[in-house]
Amino acid sequence: MHDVSAHAAQHHTPPQGFIRKHVFSLDHKVIGKQYYALALVAVFVGMVLSWIMRLHLGWTNLAIPGLHLLSKTGAPGDLMTPEYYLQLMTMHGTIMVFFVLTTAPFAAFGNFFLPIQVGAEDMPFPRFNMMSFWVTFVAFLVLISSFFVGDGPTLGGWTQYAPLNAVGAVGGPGEGLGVVLWAASIAIFCVGQLLGSLNFITTTLDLRVKGMSLMRLPLTAWAWFITSCMGLTAFAVLMPACILVILDHVAGTSFFVPSNLVINDQLQPHSGGSTLLWQHLFWFFGHPEVYIAIVPGMGIVSHVLITNMRRPLLSHRVMIGCMAAIAILSYMVYGHHMFVSGMNPFSSLAFSFPTLIITIPATIIVLLWIGSLYGSRLRINTASLFALGFISMFVAGGVSGFFLAQPSIDIMLHATYFVVGHFHMVMAVAAIFGIFAATYFWFPKMTGRMMNETLGKVHFWLSFVGTYCIFMPFHYLGIAANVRRYQAFVDEYLQPLIPVHRFITVAAIVTGVAQFIFLYNLIHSRFWGKPAPDNPWEATSLEWSTPTPPPFDNFGGKQPVVYHDPYQYGVQSSTGDYVMQASPEQVATEHEEK
Amino acid sequence: MATTVHEPPKIEPRRQPDNGNGGWRNLAPADGDGRVVQDYSPPPASTGIWVVVYAITMTFAALTSALIVRKGSSLDWQSFTLPSILYLNTALIVCSSVTLEIARRRVATLMGGVAIPGESPARWLYITLVFGLLFVTGQYVAWTRLRAEGLYLATNPSSSFFYLLTAAHVLHVLGGLIGLLYVIGKLRKSQLRRSTLDAASRYWHFVDILWVYLLLLLWMKL
Repeated sequence: MHDVSAHAAQHHTPPQGFIRKHVFSLDHKVIGKQYYALALVAVFVGMVLSWIMRLHLGWTNLAIPGLHLLSKTGAPGDLMTPEYYLQLMTMHGTIMVFFVLTTAPFAAFGNFFLPIQVGAEDMPFPRFNMMSFWVTFVAFLVLISSFFVGDGPTLGGWTQYAPLNAVGAVGGPGEGLGVVLWAASIAIFCVGQLLGSLNFITTTLDLRVKGMSLMRLPLTAWAWFITSCMGLTAFAVLMPACILVILDHVAGTSFFVPSNLVINDQLQPHSGGSTLLWQHLFWFFGHPEVYIAIVPGMGIVSHVLITNMRRPLLSHRVMIGCMAAIAILSYMVYGHHMFVSGMNPFSSLAFSFPTLIITIPATIIVLLWIGSLYGSRLRINTASLFALGFISMFVAGGVSGFFLAQPSIDIMLHATYFVVGHFHMVMAVAAIFGIFAATYFWFPKMTGRMMNETLGKVHFWLSFVGTYCIFMPFHYLGIAANVRRYQAFVDEYLQPLIPVHRFITVAAIVTGVAQFIFLYNLIHSRFWGKPAPDNPWEATSLEWSTPTPPPFDNFGGKQPVVYHDPYQYGVQSSTGDYVMQASPEQVATEHEEK
Repeated sequence: MATTVHEPPKIEPRRQPDNGNGGWRNLAPADGDGRVVQDYSPPPASTGIWVVVYAITMTFAALTSALIVRKGSSLDWQSFTLPSILYLNTALIVCSSVTLEIARRRVATLMGGVAIPGESPARWLYITLVFGLLFVTGQYVAWTRLRAEGLYLATNPSSSFFYLLTAAHVLHVLGGLIGLLYVIGKLRKSQLRRSTLDAASRYWHFVDILWVYLLLLLWMKL
């Protein structure tokens, strides 16, 4: 390592005082932990909402004790109204997509580990980085505040389709102030993510330490970089779209509300708006958002598996190329969410083709994982189990995507639980398994303590079996024409399906309770866990070259020099079967890509 | 008559190989393995400003596509003549880019250690600032003229987009003015980095070009 003699662009002095150290901190590691804490709060809120919904779907007339405390009008006598079911569904989706699946794998772990993995002292714009978290936090508060104003949160779903999102209170409970708060929250969230993307991109391009060429970046760093490029494009489009929604509400403009629209016998005072315009703007963000949630998980899974396989992937470059290809293609496929929107059928064909194409890089990624796993002596620990779980969920959920990519089939399945099962597995659960893998893998470095492996494995198996029990039956329900977004199943043809819903509800509650094992493990290990060595997994990337937990400036006044590709496992060195990136030791590498 | 001699601003040093921060052109470690070691990477402000420009471009691209789709989706679009002051405003913001470029070159000369007697390095930055403020004022005048004609935000989709696009642009111009004030403040304290000045200049030229694009869009579509 070299002494730091230059005034690096990202340099700033250690903070003094509690507020600057732990609240308004400029330190990327603290900001990463703050994002993680926010995601943790958000995921438990989202999970409780899903429990309430599932109980209602299984036993429609069941009074849920205490529900009236959340909303007197939405749950009089603890019985949920149909509208309140939709309001909870909207909040569940919004909280999970934005404040869990985007913040945890990308903003939380990326903030903590990207600068360390490239060998930097911090992000180049620490104040923007701090702002990005606090802006996101404000966005979360604004969204949650809609529970407590007027007639509650919006009921339009996380996609907020027009014209319902723009007509105001006449559209139903929450369609007045609730929508405005939703749109304001998402617009604010976009600002936070744009600030974060600015830091991630400049960190990756400009702050890499000597010797850290682009191809020597670990796959996690590549995943965060690609994700930040996607985020920069997607959130820059969603933000103005949300502003247009707000203007339709508060300024009387007509961007999204068509002429002669009558709701509840009232002619709406708008003219000529385009309902499809919202869908185009939203899904131009919305589909890349799927990959914003999952690509960091791909990087994490690769990183964790490689460390535990003790060998690199079959091809580092192909893995990077496939993630980049997915990012680019993600902007060409968004119309597959709109096959039933009434757009020109030829447009459906145009969007169907790239949708099928995007499965090629996704399939190659899976084959790279499986091919690399084949014949390896995988170290089984909680992190590697969750990484395997990620692959399982990604494949199981992704296979149904082949069907949904065909417009003719999607028309039949689009409004059913088949789609709910598909996106929950491929996007939500897979990404959350990636978050768990990252947590179990990096917790020692983040806190200086080891997590309990036994509890971790119990948590994995309950979560793995539980999520399959929840989401696989959704596909069956969808094929049986069980329409989604219904708050009760009163039609005769749906009656036989209610026992399936009850099974799913029980599975959801059991799986949810299992998450408290994780929460206990997280909190207990943080304070009373076994002290962690600097490199407990015998890993090679730069985050394992620093003390545990890393000092304020990451490398203790030294700057590492990188001598090796990121994953030099299966070699003979003085340390064992691996050589760290920052080690000058020369070894005969078995896995060098030319 | 005494002349105040300003201390030349500090020149941001190029990073040397041993100082790390390899950046995206640094392909190999110090010891080398047969590949070339280059000693310079762009300061993050240089890369960062392109990232910002890209994000803003995407935002206005989205609004442009919204305008085109909205205009084509219904027959309620009513065209109107743009307030003539917009053309004066265009001249003002183009001039501001010219004066900023002059300022940037003079400051660069000063950073090279060549002082121009009697020349305040901040003078052209102040002139740019004034042009920028005049542009913002001019845009406000354009809004008042439209209002006087009875064209408000919600009057027609055409007026909605006019107010929306011009207001969004003015917000970005105000951001640029804050950036210029920051640059002037740093210059007065002799703490200005070349990369900061270059980044502020690029941003300002970008909002200038963006306005010319918006004017053409509004002229063709409204």
